[in-house]
Amino acid sequence: MNPIVIAIIIVAGIGLVVGLILAVASIVFAVPKNEMAEAVLEVLPGANCGACGFSGCSGYAAALADGSAESGLCAPGGTQVVKAVAKVLGKDAGLVEKKTAVVHCVGSCDNTDTKMEYDGIKTCKAASVLTGGTGKCGFGCIGFGDCVNACEYDAIRVCNGVAVVNPESCKACKKCVAVCPKNIISIIPVKKAAVVRCSNHDKGGITKKACTAGCIGCMRCTKVCPTGAIKVENFLASIDSSLCTGCGSCMAECKQGCITM
Amino acid sequence: MIKSLVAVFLAAILTENYVLSKFLGICPFLGVSKKLKTAVGMSGAVIFVMVLATAVTWPIYQSMLVPAGLEYLQTIVFILVIAGLVQLVEILLKKYMPPLYNSLGIYLPLITTNCAVLGVTMLVIEKASGDPAFTYVSALVNALGAGVGFLVAMVMFAGVRERLETSDIPQTFKGLPITLVAASLVAISFLGFSGLVENLIK
Repeated sequence: MNPIVIAIIIVAGIGLVVGLILAVASIVFAVPKNEMAEAVLEVLPGANCGACGFSGCSGYAAALADGSAESGLCAPGGTQVVKAVAKVLGKDAGLVEKKTAVVHCVGSCDNTDTKMEYDGIKTCKAASVLTGGTGKCGFGCIGFGDCVNACEYDAIRVCNGVAVVNPESCKACKKCVAVCPKNIISIIPVKKAAVVRCSNHDKGGITKKACTAGCIGCMRCTKVCPTGAIKVENFLASIDSSLCTGCGSCMAECKQGCITM
Repeated sequence: MIKSLVAVFLAAILTENYVLSKFLGICPFLGVSKKLKTAVGMSGAVIFVMVLATAVTWPIYQSMLVPAGLEYLQTIVFILVIAGLVQLVEILLKKYMPPLYNSLGIYLPLITTNCAVLGVTMLVIEKASGDPAFTYVSALVNALGAGVGFLVAMVMFAGVRERLETSDIPQTFKGLPITLVAASLVAISFLGFSGLVENLIK
């Protein structure tokens, strides 16, 4: 027989055998795909922001499908996605509070001043490491906008030296919370509630020298609050948003003007 | 018999290290050695494929290609067999070890065209043709040793890479250049093993 024919037969034969084995193996050892997880993944936003605490949307979808995760952890998706996920999973939606980030500082250029001429790297992180911030207040917003750069939804602006979050565009993905070297950004529910816009833990006198809008821990707000939602710890008031009814009495009482609605 | 097998095994790891002495399989050596965990995972897959590939290609070569006088086809036939084996390993890993499957990512299909695997299967046949004492068992031990040698090289180099991450490297050498320089130094250090096995097991 022609050696070329033998060569062709041998190579083709081996290819055929290998192909058959693979075909059988791919059926026998097929991994059952979780169709529920795939369907959930379809309706998730696909931002892979990690706000839910899972490794990206696919991780959250898998956890939702096997029932180990709560629905409503997806901050960027909001109510819409919760409803869609509930539809896929065949469960009741429940209501999800829309949340937003808020900067606990109102130390704008009108209220406070710089303590130095800063000529270094223009990031909050660098300024914070070097001198603890450029402003007189060691707790407040530095205003170089690390949070602005971290925000993927264009929801943060630095206005007059202090970062401000626009709750309309904020998806509460917590990226700004993570990058802020002063830890003055937190996530709160969007509702009519009062917020202490100060993070200064210094005693009243020191705070007053640093910023005209700083919380001095005078405790006036705690006394007027009808629901007991306000606490003062370490010379700084904080409001429990789940108890706050949004009556506005603390805002009217605060002489410093650091409580806003 | 056992003595010669030990000699083959040690030689494949140290003196004839496929990565550092024969310079085969440099692609995964540089690609997957960044983290110790993926390096070990990749090496495990390579050991498995190397032994399996040798176990399959040797009989094919000796019983089909040699009688038909088609030795020149060994490269293409071996590639075909190895490609099929890697696919099979991939299917099995996906089924039984999903974490390893996810961490190996693109590198598992890369074993298909990994010259270290092809090199082992072809070089054992070359060895056998020059040495009648080199049997099928020796070939398997050689393949296992080559895989373990790959593991040793990967693990060692992963350690070197981790130190490179933190050290102060001149701008021009940053990244791949310093990695290649480091790889060459590790390869030179393996020259120190030359003659070791012959004198150790006489």
